[in-house]
Amino acid sequence: MNKTAAPRLGEPASLWRMRIVPVATVMLASALPLMLPLVANSPVLPPLGLLFFLCWQLLRTEMWPVWIGLPLGLWDDLFSGQPIGTAVGLWTLASIAIHYSSQRIYWRGFLHDWVIAALLIASIQSLAALIAHPGAATGRVLGLVVPQIVISILLVPLFMRLTGKFDNFRLKRR
Amino acid sequence: MVRPVHRRPGQSRKAQYSLFAAYVIAVTGAVAGLLLAILSVVDPVGFAQLRLASQEITAPIARVSRSVIGSISGIDDSVGAYVRAGSQNRRLRTELADTRRELVATSTLQEENRQLKALLKLQETDKTALANGYLLTSTSTSSKRIALLSIGRNLGVAAGQPVRGADGLIGRVLSSGPSVSQVLLLTDVDNIVPVRRARDGLPALAYGRGNGDLDIRTLNIANNPFKPGDILVTSGSGGLYPPNIPVAIVVRRQDDGALARPLADPGKVDAVSVLRPYTPDNIEAQRAPPSPPAPVPEPAP
Repeated sequence: MNKTAAPRLGEPASLWRMRIVPVATVMLASALPLMLPLVANSPVLPPLGLLFFLCWQLLRTEMWPVWIGLPLGLWDDLFSGQPIGTAVGLWTLASIAIHYSSQRIYWRGFLHDWVIAALLIASIQSLAALIAHPGAATGRVLGLVVPQIVISILLVPLFMRLTGKFDNFRLKRR
Repeated sequence: MVRPVHRRPGQSRKAQYSLFAAYVIAVTGAVAGLLLAILSVVDPVGFAQLRLASQEITAPIARVSRSVIGSISGIDDSVGAYVRAGSQNRRLRTELADTRRELVATSTLQEENRQLKALLKLQETDKTALANGYLLTSTSTSSKRIALLSIGRNLGVAAGQPVRGADGLIGRVLSSGPSVSQVLLLTDVDNIVPVRRARDGLPALAYGRGNGDLDIRTLNIANNPFKPGDILVTSGSGGLYPPNIPVAIVVRRQDDGALARPLADPGKVDAVSVLRPYTPDNIEAQRAPPSPPAPVPEPAP
């Protein structure tokens, strides 16, 4: 029972770290915009939580069950200012779409991942904006989120890299 | 990435069922979530407390980061100020001279105004604020323009109270928690403010555009009366915002009204005041204390 002694060489990472790191990055990224002293006049920041969520799913499709969007989406809704339930629904649909695409496209490359992420970001952000403002003119609401969508799509490679770094940390052997 | 290996979980019934169950949970949850979203658009009050509870958690961090970093929104301005220093200095000097002249003219008008008002026995409505606080942070990733105010129910803030800065109107309180509250900014797509032109009292409505600007539309469909530089103030009609709070300045004309920029930029404003909503009982309550009960006129014999 001397397990607390020095870890053995090449022992795999602890199960806790492997499970918590991805969830914690997404949750922290969702809550981060409300911790910055930034009072914005338009949606200026990319949806950080969504970007990490999609990147983790594209990098490790099998890691999470397909319903993981329900709790993580609810957490994001609490901080994003969107009506509660928007991300719950849209993130889960996105994760179903990623699982489906991973069955269709056998050897997904980086460009495939980027295109899938771009399509999902564009549709999630515009649908979320339309749900949040049902009374306003559709064109105007979409025009509001287009700059944010473009920035987010351009940031996907960076977030993919970051997710990769976190993934290395997650699986690092002792 | 690489093709996942165990897409079909083989012959194991247990694995097949758990995969199937995961999909059932996901689809049901997604549909329920979207229904919930529609429900919370229709009835935003019901879920406000849930959201406020979570923002109470991040508010202390926002307070600390605000005191360490200051307000981020001012950065672009301070850089721009250095670049344009020379021409700005010249322009400001001429403006200062003009303003001095106008100030003299205005002070005589003010005195005249005071005398006329005294004659008319008009009461100035109480301008004192209910509470003062500052804007901590805002929802900068979504299309809703909601800011977090540093005070809540502990200082008497309640939903529906107007919020203003030194330069003008900021928005109204959406919901209030124990120590923070949410403010729907003036520029939110769903925020409509009844305004009037300061010069002649022409009534209009200010619609938020969601990107920091306002659409001004007149109530009558006459030809477009707005000119760049027109100042708009709250009209007090509708009974939420007290009258004569500066709102916006017209930037350019449009087909169906005008494009205006708010006078108070919530990103740069330092402190904000929460006012009492402009409802009949509040107006009465404010008028009562300063004026002693008027002596009942003697009935003529």
